[in-house]
Parts: sequence; structure tokens; C-alpha cells
Amino acid sequence: MTAFVLRRLLLMVVTMVVSSFLVFMAVEFSPTSVARKMLGQWATEDQVELLTRQLNLDDPVIVRYGRWVKVVLGFSIDPLADPQLLAAEESIDSAKVKLGPKQEDRLVRFEDHRGHQYFGNFSYSHFYKVAVNDIIWDRLANTAKLAGIAFAIFVPLGVLFGVIMGVREGSKIDRTLSFFSILFSSIPEFASAVFIIILFVAWLGLLPGTSTLNPAMGPVYQQFIMPVLVLVIYSFGYIARMMRTSMAEVMREPYVRTAVLKGVPRQRVIYQHALRNAMIAPFTVILLSFNFLITGVVVTEVIFGYPGFGRLFLEAALFGDVAVLEAATMITVFIAVMTQFIGDLGYMALNPRVRVS
Amino acid sequence: MLDRESTMGMFDMPSGYPPDDPSALRRTLHGLRHAASVLSESKIALAGAVIVMFWILAALLAPLAAPFDPNEIDYDALGQHLPDQNHWLGTDKLGRDLLSRIMWGARVVLTVAPLAVLSAYLAGIALGAVAGYYGGWVDLVISRISDIILSFPVLVLYIIMMVALGPSALNIVFAVTISSSPSIGRIIRGLILELKTQEYRMAAQMRGESSLYIILVELLPNARGPLITDACLRMGWVIISIGVLGFLGLGLPPPDPDWGSMIKDGSQVMITWPHIALVPAVAISSLVVGFNLFADGIREILQRD
Repeated sequence: MTAFVLRRLLLMVVTMVVSSFLVFMAVEFSPTSVARKMLGQWATEDQVELLTRQLNLDDPVIVRYGRWVKVVLGFSIDPLADPQLLAAEESIDSAKVKLGPKQEDRLVRFEDHRGHQYFGNFSYSHFYKVAVNDIIWDRLANTAKLAGIAFAIFVPLGVLFGVIMGVREGSKIDRTLSFFSILFSSIPEFASAVFIIILFVAWLGLLPGTSTLNPAMGPVYQQFIMPVLVLVIYSFGYIARMMRTSMAEVMREPYVRTAVLKGVPRQRVIYQHALRNAMIAPFTVILLSFNFLITGVVVTEVIFGYPGFGRLFLEAALFGDVAVLEAATMITVFIAVMTQFIGDLGYMALNPRVRVS
Repeated sequence: MLDRESTMGMFDMPSGYPPDDPSALRRTLHGLRHAASVLSESKIALAGAVIVMFWILAALLAPLAAPFDPNEIDYDALGQHLPDQNHWLGTDKLGRDLLSRIMWGARVVLTVAPLAVLSAYLAGIALGAVAGYYGGWVDLVISRISDIILSFPVLVLYIIMMVALGPSALNIVFAVTISSSPSIGRIIRGLILELKTQEYRMAAQMRGESSLYIILVELLPNARGPLITDACLRMGWVIISIGVLGFLGLGLPPPDPDWGSMIKDGSQVMITWPHIALVPAVAISSLVVGFNLFADGIREILQRD
């Protein structure tokens, strides 16, 4: 058990290092320079040069990656927040001289009320001009709200329909529901969002067309209806199909037949004997599918203009906001690996065969 | 007792099969009829096959049947994008014929998606077969690397690509290969582990066949049932991925038609001109539905046998 947990933690650390390095390299190898990305296309050459010196962007990429890791872990001060570093840096001084005294306040500098050196310091977003930690967690909370509501709807619904189908495998009701669950899980989020918006907004005119969570656009609960619906439609069919397969398999097991022949009422056979064992496989798959749900959430947020984590991530990628990009990558990988870890633990708790061995 | 004479006829080819009839056309027809008779066992598979065939035909006929050039702008249609007798499905924001763009877009999807699945399968088969067949530390290394890739959110991969590589068909194939080959590898590894204990594999080893021969000729063909179903399901999933990439701005570079980016463009004017987003959304959904129905039907048929 301890070995298992340790191995999982190691896997998580390795995955996070690999992904953060890949994102770092990706930013590095895209056309415009990092300093240019940070300052935007309207910055002058002098400003770009100043920032390059300030952040030592001329260093080899490995060195800078190491520096980023140190800042995140809280081992060193963020170069953007360190006034001493600025003053001591000779190259910065020479840059100041070159630019003249008035340019001094053009140096990028920022204040983080959490201090300059702490664990999880994701530095400063050049797009939003605030500390990454000031924006990213609110966005994450919004996404958790959206995904949580959707999850609380589609998991029970999917399990229920899956059980109804699996118990009577091959019956008319199974065939009809199977067809619909295949249909639902085949419609990608960006397509179902189009259908739903056309139906509810353009045609019926019932709901606001975007979900910016701005009360001026209409009641906030109304703004949740369409994004939640989109997420539910896609994932519900997927879970129902999985539950159906699992349930149908369990219903063929000898112990279910024994229970029926013993004269146990059908309801009890289903709930006490079959369902528990049928839940094991889908449970892990549901948690494993988080990885794919994340993509769906981003698409949904983009379509509805929802102020969530996924849209922040995507915009950071589009605008080359390196700090936000790295922070979002870390958080996404952390969530993905953690859900898988919980999935494995739950699997062990549910399945006595694994638990004992 | 079976003597030599009575067994003579048992292993002969049925008369009328290839040796007597060398015509390639009739053999193809025979194959098609066989496929059709298998398909007719499951209505769901048949429905899926019909939908997929429809889009394959649309893609094949695009150069002949598409009424307009997909990138040609009809200036007369600007401002009145609704369907009329010239443009059967209407025109998009820039006045380009939607029907033609959908047909040419089908060509894109139906080339890129099979290529991506094929490349993911080649990589997955290589990884899974090697891991399952040799076992030991080879298996351990491959499994750990697969674990890392599988725990890696697909979205992060897309975003890295978006930042570093930019949109192109090759990148889509690349992304799909990276994200799918570990799970294909796992399936193959499991199948190979199961098949490894069969007598025919040991017989082949006794004969002195090479490992590569045993994997490719003896083991993989016996694992084809689950693989065909998986490949069809994966086609659906890859088509969705291509759509997502297009929608996020990572599809084919404009102006070439790509269903995902057509939906993205259309979604900006959805309240005024709903059909611009609706048409590609229906197209991509129906194609995925087709592949998934087909996969489900095939699985049903395989289970029955």
C-alpha cells in the first residue's frame, strides 16, 4: 500500500516535471521571443531588451527552467519582484543609462501580497498585470462549479440508465436506450452547444446566449443551464454505455443466477448482488475519463464565454502568457493525476480481490 | 477411421472460388456481398455503415459534384446567407458556398482521421507487442512511459502544440498518435499476454520462427476482433479531436474548409445566421454517430459468434 502510494506520487512528480518542461520548450521554440510575448506587439525594442536583461532571458533554456522551478518551489525570489536584484544587476543599470532616467519606471515590477518567496509562486501574468495566483484560483473555482453541477447530474443519470439497459440486455428498452446513448455520446460538445444555443436562444428565445456570470445578462442560474446541458449530454451517454456493459456482464454471473433461483426478489438481486459488483469497472473509468472531460470543459467555456479556468488556459496559450500557461499546466496535470490516484484507491476499496492481495 | 482417400476432398477449396474464376471484379463483388450479409445481421451496424458511406461518397465526389469552389467568394450572396437555389445550404460569413465547403471538409476529415488512427495503431502495436511479448524490463519501461502519457491531459498536449507548432494536418496526426498509442499499446499488450500461452505460438517457436514473425503472423491476426471495434470507436473519437482542434483554432490553416473551424466561425453569428454553424455541426455529429453505431454493431456481431 505504501509502495503503491509512493509510486503514484513519483509518477505525479515526473509527469509534472515533464509537462512543465515541455510547455517551457514550446514557448521557447515558437516564433516570437519570450520577452516580446510578455510585453505584447506594441512594445519598443528597448523595452524588450530591458526585460530580456531583467529576467536574464539570454541564459540557456535549461538554466531558466531551473530558475522557474526554484521560484515555484519557493527556493528563490521571483526576479520580477526582487528590487535588490534589479538594483544590483549591472546590465540593468547599463540598460537604464541607455534608455535615460525617465525610462526607469518602464522596468516591469510587481507586488504580490503573499510575499516574494513562497511555495506555489507562479509569478506574474503579463497579460493581466497581476500575480497569477490572484486570478487563477477564482477561475478554477468557477470551473469547479460548472463541472461539479454537471458531474452531479450525469453520473447518477448515466448509472441509472446503464442499469436499466444492462439488466434487460437485448430487450426492446435496452436497444432503444442504447441507441440514444450512442447518439448522445457521439455528439461532440462544440456541436451540441450549437444545437442547444440555436434551440434555446435563437429559436425559443428563452435563455441568455452567453454565460459570463454577469447578473446584467439575466439571472445567473439561467446562465448555467446551457453549459451544464452540453457537458451532461456528452458524458451521460458515455457513462450509460459503460455501465450497461458492466451490468450485463454481472447479470450473467453464476451468483446472480443462484440468487434468483434461491427466490430472492428481483429488486434485491439487482441492488444488493449485481449493482455493487457492476460499479467497480465504471468507477475507475469515470475517474480516468476526467482527462477527456477537461477538454470538453474548455470547449464549453469558450463557446459560452464562461469565465473559467479552461478559457484562461486557452487565452494564455493564444497570447503567450507564459506564467499563466505554466501555472495552468501544473494545475491541470495535478488534477488529472490526482483523480486517477483516487480512482485507483477507490478501485481497491471496492474490489476485495485487489484489496486483499 | 479416416483413410487418405476420404480426407482428400475435405480441404479442397469450394468450387467456383478464385482458382476457377480469376476475375478480380467478381471476387470483389463476392467480398462485398459477404460484408453486406454480415452487416445485415445488425441493423445498428448497417445504419452506421450507411452514414459513413454517405460521407465517403460526399468526400470522393467533392471535386465533381461540389457546385462551387470551396474558397470562392460569392459577392452577391454577402449579407443574404440563407439557402437559395444557387447555394443549397446557404453561404458562410464570407459568402462561400456551405455545401461545397462541407463536401471538401469531408475530404479533409476522412483523410486525416484514418491516417491518424493508422499511425496511432502502428505505434501502439509496436509498443504493446514488444512489451507483451518480451515482458521483463522492456515491459516495465514501456508501461511506465505509457502511464506518464496517459496521465497527461490531452488538452495540455493540444495547447503545447498550439503554442509551438501551429495548425497543420500533420500536427493533428502527431497529436492523435501521441495521445492514443499508449492506450492501444495496453490493449495489444493484454491480448498478446493472453495469446502467448497458446500452443500454436509455442509450435511456431519450435519451428524456429523469429519473434517478429510470431507477433505479426501468429498473434496479431488472432486479436483482430477487439481491434476492429476499437479502431472504429477510435475513428469517432479522432474525428471529435480534429473538430476540437479546429474549433480551438488549431485545425487546417485557413482558408481551406475544416468542419471544426467552420463551426467556430459560424458560432460568432449564431443568433443572426444559425445555419452557418448548424450545417457543419450536423455533419460532424452524424459522421461520429455513423462510426460509433458501426463499432457497436460490429461488437454485437462478434459477441454473437
